[in-house]
Amino acid sequence: MQKFINWVDERLPIVDAWNNHLAKYYAPKNFNFWYFFGSLAMLVLVNQLVTGIWLTMSYNPSGEGAFASVEYIMRDVEWGWLLRYLHSTGASAFFVVVYLHMFRGLMYGSYQKPRELIWIFGMLIYLVLMAEAFMGYLLPWGQMSYWGAQVIVNLFGAIPVIGEDLSLWIRGDYLISGITLNRFFALHVVALPIVLLALVVLHILALHEVGSNNPDGIDIKKNKDENGIPKDGIPFHPYYSVHDLLGVAVFFFIFFIVVFFFPEMGGLFLEKPNFEPANNLKTPEHIAPVWYFTPFYAMLRAVTVDLFGLDAKFWGVVVMGAAIAILFVLPWLDRSPVRSIRYKGWLSKIALTIFAISFVVLGYLGIVPATEGRTTVAQILTVLYFAYFILMPFYTRMEKTKPVPERVTG
Amino acid sequence: MRKLIFGLFIAILPALGLAAGAAVPLDEMTPDHTDKASLQRGAALFTNYCMGCHSMEYARYKRVSDDLEIPAALYEENLIFTGAKIGELMKNSMDKGMAAGWFGAPPPDLTLETRLRGESWVYSYLRGFYKDDSRPLGVNNVVFDLVGMPHVMVGLQGLCAVKPNIGVKPNVEPLSGNINNSDACPEYAIEGSMTGAEFDQAMWDLTNFMSYMGDPVKVERERLGIFVLIFVAIFFVFAYLLNREYWKDVH
Repeated sequence: MQKFINWVDERLPIVDAWNNHLAKYYAPKNFNFWYFFGSLAMLVLVNQLVTGIWLTMSYNPSGEGAFASVEYIMRDVEWGWLLRYLHSTGASAFFVVVYLHMFRGLMYGSYQKPRELIWIFGMLIYLVLMAEAFMGYLLPWGQMSYWGAQVIVNLFGAIPVIGEDLSLWIRGDYLISGITLNRFFALHVVALPIVLLALVVLHILALHEVGSNNPDGIDIKKNKDENGIPKDGIPFHPYYSVHDLLGVAVFFFIFFIVVFFFPEMGGLFLEKPNFEPANNLKTPEHIAPVWYFTPFYAMLRAVTVDLFGLDAKFWGVVVMGAAIAILFVLPWLDRSPVRSIRYKGWLSKIALTIFAISFVVLGYLGIVPATEGRTTVAQILTVLYFAYFILMPFYTRMEKTKPVPERVTG
Repeated sequence: MRKLIFGLFIAILPALGLAAGAAVPLDEMTPDHTDKASLQRGAALFTNYCMGCHSMEYARYKRVSDDLEIPAALYEENLIFTGAKIGELMKNSMDKGMAAGWFGAPPPDLTLETRLRGESWVYSYLRGFYKDDSRPLGVNNVVFDLVGMPHVMVGLQGLCAVKPNIGVKPNVEPLSGNINNSDACPEYAIEGSMTGAEFDQAMWDLTNFMSYMGDPVKVERERLGIFVLIFVAIFFVFAYLLNREYWKDVH
């Protein structure tokens, strides 16, 4: 075995790669609960890829056959129901772990220098993931697939001058049709997964170049022993590989409860109108995107005023786009001398709490039908969401921070 | 504290999702896919009363025959009217274009009806017909106003003269404990062959069957789910011990 490894290693640096990324990658020893979600995201990604490959073997990407082929998978394909529920639940689980992973980054300042690129690659992953989820949701070709896609693609129509042509170009037809379905299928199963995988590799390479942050936001490389190993660092493998196994077990326990007992999750993961085939002559009473898009959907609906001769819908799209775009520049908005929320002042703590509550409540408001009162709440929360970012350069500089310890605390 | 608030929001999200919907009061119906006798009665009712107009074209006769333990020969002889083979999909011979002319819209496929509208809706709808001479077919429905479907089971239920009580809590006499409004319909314009209670039971069976058709793997899925969770729990114990062993040397 050793001879074989040597033979390969002389031709391909597998030993170096193993050491750099696992056996001699020193991670801070004080990772807490919030540090499970990176590896869990990887696990869900693998689940999506594997189940996705098997689903394509029986899926028929045509306007005539798509809906029936999904039911064929659910009923006639051996274990087809399990593959499909793993994939549909996996899509929601992906966003759950990614949102928690991102929140971890916000809490502990993991986007700050020198980890700006990691954050940006992460944001690109999030962006591609949203596109991937959106296109995947069209494939079952149910009513909500169809009308959800119709609403979202029509948003591009709100852009002045080029809008109408742009949405026509995206659809490939005057309305969502089998042509749209076919191109979304191609993008969902080939193009976007390739981009996603490439971005994941870049995200991890960038992380391993500068090293992981930790709940204290301390640079562990400042304190090295005589061998040049960080005193607060432990090799990722075996310490965090066995540690992550624990996270995997807990995650799977919750995940499988959903897969085997509540695959529709009360209409949140699989929306009820999607059990009716797409019908372009019948608009559902209430069109709502899947839960992971609803915070942004609520922001879109919250914009109700026409400005500068442009439609409110256009400004809604702008706000929605800005809500995601502003996350990209986060590393340059935070002017705090410390990374972790543990040592930031109370202004930062309040700001992060308000931000998290705004995001979750906006998510709820995007699920339920809009009323006047709800729209007002959504408007206030949208302002609070943006305030978190826009005011960040000020409150992070103004506030009094606590002294950061030399070494990591438990 | 923040963690707690965040966790709480995540926990109540599913419940909030359910808040939107159903404005019409409904009678609760909780299906039982393990009640084979009920499912068999439901299958017979569906085949005899519904399938002339409504297909179940995503499902196969064979699956129903196997799952409900109805022998294939018996099934073919009594429950397939189209001359289809038992391995075929459960289609019917109604022309969709003509049906649209007769009823305003073609009768929808019902394979997934319970997953679309919920069991309680279907159970209430089936018992919600009443006499309404202003409608072209002479009937209306309390759950689905201005319904285009005729009251197919008028021979069984009879025709209710007034709006039936759907989604009304049973009126229990406090002293005797007798239930005064056990049947939805208090007064009939045409008498049917079944009593109110018999008809309710029949519609419960029919809804149960439709619920099974919407999610035929449910019983098997939940049975397997238990084993999967037990496996994950045992895996957790070993992962925990392994983790503890390794982390002994981290201080």
